[in-house]
Amino acid sequence: MVSGLLLRGLLAGILAGLLAAGFSFLAGEPSIERAIAFENAIEQAAPQPPMPEIVSRSVQRGTGLLTAYSVYGAAIGGLFSLVFALAYGRSNGLDPKALSALLAFAGFTAMGLVPELKYPANPPAIGAPETIGARTALYFGMLAISLLAMILAATLALAFSARLGSWNGALVSAAVYVAVAGLAALALPPVDEVPVNFPASVLWNFRLASIGARAVLWAALGLVFGGMTQIWLRGGKPGRA
Amino acid sequence: MNGVIHAPATRPVPIPIREILPWAAFAGVLALLLIYFIGAEQGATALILGHYVHEFVHDGRHLLAFPCH
Repeated sequence: MVSGLLLRGLLAGILAGLLAAGFSFLAGEPSIERAIAFENAIEQAAPQPPMPEIVSRSVQRGTGLLTAYSVYGAAIGGLFSLVFALAYGRSNGLDPKALSALLAFAGFTAMGLVPELKYPANPPAIGAPETIGARTALYFGMLAISLLAMILAATLALAFSARLGSWNGALVSAAVYVAVAGLAALALPPVDEVPVNFPASVLWNFRLASIGARAVLWAALGLVFGGMTQIWLRGGKPGRA
Repeated sequence: MNGVIHAPATRPVPIPIREILPWAAFAGVLALLLIYFIGAEQGATALILGHYVHEFVHDGRHLLAFPCH
């Protein structure tokens, strides 16, 4: 049972990663190119020994992008299927399709949307090399707190909905998540290393493409995994276990 | 209405935790390792010398919102 879910999670995750890579190629690559052009213009103003090009731009925006997204998709899809295995049958009798969509929405909120609001994605040319350690620690810290807060809220949701009904119970547990993640976002220090004169439209388009690609990834994962699992577990017919 | 059989609304049966645990341990470690290589290797920390991993996944790392460099 678990192995079948894991296999479907990996497949759905890779497919979701490929779709998100396609979206990124169309929506995100133009801003990356403009950010690199900005970076080059800065470097030409203050000449330094040029960095050797290890991987060409065409590989970075082609195979590299595709590999990064499909490997990330497979990893997220695998973890997602294990969370599904844990939640299935323990979530007020939701059927596989509905549970998968709900978990994907929760995953996107906890791992994409909320960390993005605190530490948004940055294109090349933004971020001083000497602060990479601190920025990485803060980003993964926010990600971990957001994820743990979502697990806490989801666990409490069952107890709340038993007492308050499913609608009010869900509202209260959502409030728990917002409160914990919000307090963490207030407590953690801000990071703002955007250079003076960096074009605002490039930054806006890049960040929109970044969160958009993650929305594509989670939506595709939740819907494809849910569809495959529904057919597998119930033969496509409702009401048959 | 005779002859119409209504399937009883079945609630899904939970999978026992002890059945999930070994898969979760194995796939969980593997997945975290993959996310580390896509998101952070040769950035803040490095297990492999050089910049090849960083440069190869460069665009994806930026767009997936990991701090890149």
